[in-house]
Amino acid sequence: MSDLPQQAFREEAYELLAELETALLELEERPDDMEVVGQIFRAMHTIKGSGAMFGFSDISNFTHEVETVYDLVRNGRIDVSKALVEISLQARDHIEELLNACCSGTAVDQEKNAELVTQLQQFMPEIQKPAAQSQDKAGTAASDENELRTYRIAFNPHPHILQNGTKISALLDELGDLGACHSVGQMSKIPSLDQLEPELCYVSWNVLLTSTCSEDAIRDVFMFVEDDCDLGIHLIDTGEEGEEERQRLGDILVGRGEVTQADIDRVLEKSKRIGEMLVEAGLVDQDQIEAALQEQKVIRAAREQRQSKKQEKAPVASSLRVPAERLDDLVNLVGELVTVQSRLSQVAAIRHDADLDSIAEEVERLTEELRDSTLNIRMLPIGSTFSKFKRLVRDIASNLNKEVEFETAGAETELDKTVIEQLNDPLIHIIRNSMDHGIEMPDVREAAGKTRHGTVFLGAEHSGDSVTIEIRDDGKGLDAEKLRQKAIAKGVISEDDTLTEQECFQLIFAPGFSTAEQVSGLSGRGVGMDVVKRAIEALRGSIELHSKPGHGTTVRMRIPLTLAIIESLLVTIDGNSFILPLTAVEECIELTRADVEEAHGRHLAKLRGSLVPYIPLRKTFGITTEAPPIQQIVITQTGARRLGFVVDNVIGEHQTVIKPLGPLYKDLRTISGGTILGDGSIALILDLVQLMHQADVQEKNLESDHE
Amino acid sequence: MSDSETNTSNMNQYLSFILNGEVFGIATDRVLEVLDYTDITPVPQTPEFMCGVINLRGSIVPVVDMHRKFGLPPMERTVNTCIIIVSATVDGEQTSIGAVADSVREVLDLDPATIEDTPRMGTRLNTEFIRGVGKHNEEFILLLNIDSIFSADVSTSTSADETAVEEPGE
Repeated sequence: MSDLPQQAFREEAYELLAELETALLELEERPDDMEVVGQIFRAMHTIKGSGAMFGFSDISNFTHEVETVYDLVRNGRIDVSKALVEISLQARDHIEELLNACCSGTAVDQEKNAELVTQLQQFMPEIQKPAAQSQDKAGTAASDENELRTYRIAFNPHPHILQNGTKISALLDELGDLGACHSVGQMSKIPSLDQLEPELCYVSWNVLLTSTCSEDAIRDVFMFVEDDCDLGIHLIDTGEEGEEERQRLGDILVGRGEVTQADIDRVLEKSKRIGEMLVEAGLVDQDQIEAALQEQKVIRAAREQRQSKKQEKAPVASSLRVPAERLDDLVNLVGELVTVQSRLSQVAAIRHDADLDSIAEEVERLTEELRDSTLNIRMLPIGSTFSKFKRLVRDIASNLNKEVEFETAGAETELDKTVIEQLNDPLIHIIRNSMDHGIEMPDVREAAGKTRHGTVFLGAEHSGDSVTIEIRDDGKGLDAEKLRQKAIAKGVISEDDTLTEQECFQLIFAPGFSTAEQVSGLSGRGVGMDVVKRAIEALRGSIELHSKPGHGTTVRMRIPLTLAIIESLLVTIDGNSFILPLTAVEECIELTRADVEEAHGRHLAKLRGSLVPYIPLRKTFGITTEAPPIQQIVITQTGARRLGFVVDNVIGEHQTVIKPLGPLYKDLRTISGGTILGDGSIALILDLVQLMHQADVQEKNLESDHE
Repeated sequence: MSDSETNTSNMNQYLSFILNGEVFGIATDRVLEVLDYTDITPVPQTPEFMCGVINLRGSIVPVVDMHRKFGLPPMERTVNTCIIIVSATVDGEQTSIGAVADSVREVLDLDPATIEDTPRMGTRLNTEFIRGVGKHNEEFILLLNIDSIFSADVSTSTSADETAVEEPGE
């Protein structure tokens, strides 16, 4: 138990910090958006509150300063400026540092702390003066601000509240900070000592608070214990003149829950209503009573309205937080179910039993739906990472004194959670590269006839079962010749290798290759594009790069939607099963011995008048047994390229649960994994892109041999 | 390196097995189970000593031909041929690997004191693979160092890609 709340706090805080960052960047674009300000305030407040609760006092103290500023912004007393956003972003980073420091137990940079606090406070002096003039700022919130109001707060903690680490005294102290505060503890529920459970809370409090704050501010105090207590906040005296509604003793008692309304009514039945008595006594006339009653009604209605609004604001939780491992377990189970289901279908196909067939079909349909929705749970919009990059671009730009605009598209594109996580580092690297090496200095850009500010574009879009991610800049592009020279110097290629421009660009992905002439703090930390490429390939994705000198560079990646299960085509070669990803497959055609002889050793197949090159997988895999008289060519399309793969036999479609082959096979590129078929045998999953690549290399070697 | 290992309890129990007539031993805490020889799915473009993969209750486990791995004469399959599933650390990753042995004998208790360093003379094996020689009933047992046998630099080699390029006849 000891560490769990802290862990939860950290998780929550990191999430809130991410939210905060997004909100701050939004605020920079739309300084007038009060909703965003509110979002920032709430995030800060939550961090502060839960920080204090779990003993991260550094964090809560510091966050308090930021929160104070945003409270004023929220009330319209400070205008949002670029400087404010800038300092807020720094503050956000500082909070993250504090959080990291708390986790790792390292020391906190107190100097920075103090410096940021001072800077933050500079935003405040003007408003520290009594803000009489702010009264005319429209909005009831502002006009109400200076009225002293008295609230009655009934705070009934649930017995187990202390077990969450809640400090009630801290909550009451916080209330005390809001204004004059009288609290009375209700101890009647405390049992005798022999029945007393020391870990439970038996006391409830009635607090009278006179303050200028709003009811929301009071609720904010109790924000984190909302679920652990019954909280009643009633405005009992607004201090406004003309509204001299005295509190009746009965109401107070009812309000405090000490007697019920029914009790009061029963007692009161004997007496007349106060209005009637007053009229009888000739002190007021009927009209005045009517007016007063009317007023009472209005206030009640207004309160009810407020109450219902409050409830609307906090809808029933529509999302759950679930540990990722549980989802992984679920996906694994579904994976196994898919395997069993394919076995069932196989058995049913052999038995020719109509009943069994229909069950097998039903199971198949359900499994498919179950699989899809399970995988869907893990899908997240990629936009969450995009906002992180927004910040990154902003920081790098100011670091490099470059002017860079960051554009994104397709933030709603959904990808598997693990895939998104693993994309993070490669994307950061590519964006850094674009900004560091691609985008020129503003003056240089101007001289070249471009806009002063460069643009980095990050976009994602769905295409089939994969997602295309594109990072584009309008910088200076890659210099093919420079790349070639560099590659020669680094021994990646030899002096007499002739490379096309495109091939030169691909050199950037070669291991140990870095184009930066001097290593800057940003790029060139010893990881090159080769690491990026490997990371993308580990996701069964591919990466390509296009560049036009003077116009910029585009990096395009294709990433599969999910890593767990794919639709595929099952084929056999020499009695062994193989899997081809179905999305790449276009059609299957026959390859007879006569066709092979006709082609005179060339690996080209005729397909409706055009020639399609093919790779004989038997040869690729070094299989020496005799091929069947009629083989099949599976025609695939990857990118703009059409290529056939020759197999012995095509079995049919198959739902493939991908299993890793383990570290012993990590150097094997052409097989990306394995799967277990219905009969318990193993089928290997072919990596078509790698096979194609390998064939290209071999082709080239052959050509150079012939020369 | 064997110091830290030999000190652990249980380390003096070994599973003995036969390869090409010689007795080898694997520490029992590394042995997960012993299977009868089953059909192994070959994986193309891998070195010859990598037999392929098997389905071990839903997981894919690679199987290594110890004869080829140690450069011994080719194995002959008999009814005694079996696959020993061991737990090894490859590149810092814990993984299960199957090793094909001619036959499995027994679990032996070896006194750590009697285990001698690998002799430099003719074991005909890469001495890196052997962590010591134990003696039991006047018989020498070569104790294997599982992790070094399966470490990456000696397992898959990309050279297999090139061997596949050879074009006989055409």
